[in-house]
Amino acid sequence: MSRDISVNVHHVARVEGHGNIIIDVRNGELKKVELQIVESPRFFEAMLKGRRYAEAPQITARICGICAVGHTTSSLRAIEDALGIEPSEQTVLLRKVALEAEILQSHVLHYYFLVAPDFFDVPSVIPLAATQPEVVKRALRLKRLADDIIGMVAGRHPHPIAMVVNGFTRIPTEAELKELLARIKQALAEDIPPTLELFASLNFPKFERKTDYVALKHPKEYAFYDGIIFSTETGEVRHRDYKNKVREEIVLHSTAKHAKGPFKPYQVGALARFNINSEKLMPKAKEAARQLNLVAPCYNPYYITVAQVVESVHNLENMVFLIEELLRRGLKEENQGLAGWQSDLPKVEKRWGVGAVEVPRGILFHEYRIHETSVVWANCVIPTAQNLANIEDDMRALVPTILDKPKEEITKLLEMLVRAYDPCISCSVHMLKVDFV
Amino acid sequence: MESSAKPKVGFFSFTGCEGCQLVVLSMAEKLLKLVGAVEVVNFREASSYKGEDYEIAVVEGSVSSVHEIEELKEIRKKAKILIAFGACAHIGGVNTIRNFDNQFEIKKEVYKDKASHFDSILAQPIDAVVKVDYYVRGCPPSRDGEEFLETVTALLAGKKPFVPNYPVCVECKMKGNVCVFQKEKPIACLGPVTRAGCGALCPSFGNSCIGCRGLVDDPNLNAHEETLKEVGLTTEEILKFYRFMNGMMEVGK
Repeated sequence: MSRDISVNVHHVARVEGHGNIIIDVRNGELKKVELQIVESPRFFEAMLKGRRYAEAPQITARICGICAVGHTTSSLRAIEDALGIEPSEQTVLLRKVALEAEILQSHVLHYYFLVAPDFFDVPSVIPLAATQPEVVKRALRLKRLADDIIGMVAGRHPHPIAMVVNGFTRIPTEAELKELLARIKQALAEDIPPTLELFASLNFPKFERKTDYVALKHPKEYAFYDGIIFSTETGEVRHRDYKNKVREEIVLHSTAKHAKGPFKPYQVGALARFNINSEKLMPKAKEAARQLNLVAPCYNPYYITVAQVVESVHNLENMVFLIEELLRRGLKEENQGLAGWQSDLPKVEKRWGVGAVEVPRGILFHEYRIHETSVVWANCVIPTAQNLANIEDDMRALVPTILDKPKEEITKLLEMLVRAYDPCISCSVHMLKVDFV
Repeated sequence: MESSAKPKVGFFSFTGCEGCQLVVLSMAEKLLKLVGAVEVVNFREASSYKGEDYEIAVVEGSVSSVHEIEELKEIRKKAKILIAFGACAHIGGVNTIRNFDNQFEIKKEVYKDKASHFDSILAQPIDAVVKVDYYVRGCPPSRDGEEFLETVTALLAGKKPFVPNYPVCVECKMKGNVCVFQKEKPIACLGPVTRAGCGALCPSFGNSCIGCRGLVDDPNLNAHEETLKEVGLTTEEILKFYRFMNGMMEVGK
């Protein structure tokens, strides 16, 4: 066991953004574990200062090409929290459709395009197009469906157009919703069973480390859009008190700040949500979890991918429910809401609000202070920033157990671990303004 | 370009949201057809294979640090054709919003006493650093990536891609949209000065154009300023609106 191993993966592939893994083992002893984030800093919170508050969703959507609807939604929730606006039920239903569709597209992209190549021992999904055309076509079909749903409800993906403060600048027609409904039902019937079969057949690495799991929790639904912050270790926190749970730290090896709880690192994302909310899953998603052998609580971070598969079944089922509900009520032209460059944007006096929304990689916080028509201060806490410290703890626990393996295998297991968290590095270097709690 | 071997394409990303690469991934079957015509040798977001030889480099994101300048110059040396892909690479995009603040203060605010450890410069479009052969516009690239495919197809055929030199308003009128300036509560719009080619997507969804495709060759800025003032925008707000995507104020690019 007294080996020297030095792993240096420059720019981990099949993750969103630029990151390096550094491991240094001397005489069988682990000296250094770092997930370096080398993406250039982006300063979104600084950019928001002095911009119109209604523009914040359009600007922050551009933090992330994958979870643009998630950022938009969290931004809208923060502004509405600050302004005391209750959007209509129709607005909330439409937002939920867009948000669940985005979680579906992100999960499909991750488990089919980014994770699956590891199991087929190919560098990317492209060689799979030749050897496993039906797998690739199915993945593309599911992704296209998710993109089309977002396209019809919000205008396009990424960077939604119609989602604005207190409403939509355009609502979909009933015919559009009916067409989507038919395609979603078809996907549930035809594309989900082989997806489940495929992922049930894969052997995920065996590794367990119990940590603190944090996600939104809601009494009536598997929480994405709404709920109270819940930690499996420290219990409930109201959304406006998120700083009692979340703290960002500057680490020199990372342009993304590390966010962790006051006591220790925690995990956010699909597995955290599953561990906290699994009883609230829709029936087919529950059945999928059984088929994939995913049981709460699950402490294996490689199973984040499996939890994503389960969630994507739930997303499809819940979208059927949401769209049928919209059709039953009948779509109504409501007020157009407050677009970013709306004339006569209402002025407000010193307001403050927080938005907490579940996005594909975990809980996302936007916090704004607003005065007159401008954002005067902003803070965004990104899921990947919250997971970074936890990933390093996982690597610290994992490396000593795999030291007897060849270096290539150690490297692959570490890359797969980082990839399992589905890190979104472009997002996590949004950075500006830490409050040292 | 020789027709015998498939041209090799590398995708590279600098400062941005990587949404442009995602649009490529979303093109589904069309993407598979493109894969038949070219060989993708570098696409870190989707592949762990890193090829070093490529004729066509597709670059997304703006340049915003010293190490990115160096990497971009390396890519330019290797590539015969370099495409600036999306608004950040083309015009600097959303990243340039921060260029109008005190950079030292921003950095200090984020990283406190550790500010000097982090490499960050003003955000710039990539042609501030290297020669660019083609631009694919939009944030994200317009028409679900169609424009990207058209550009690559045109250059593979040795043709010049079509670039409209009329404003988004033309496409918006052709679609029969209600002008967002004419809504009950008007929305200020950059459509009158922004290069068309997106099919006026944002106004078609009831919202205004934010100028993500850059300005036309000869924008009538004075008339546009008057129109924006008529719906209540101050001069300061008008500047901010332009600086959402077009902080560099480059005309006709």
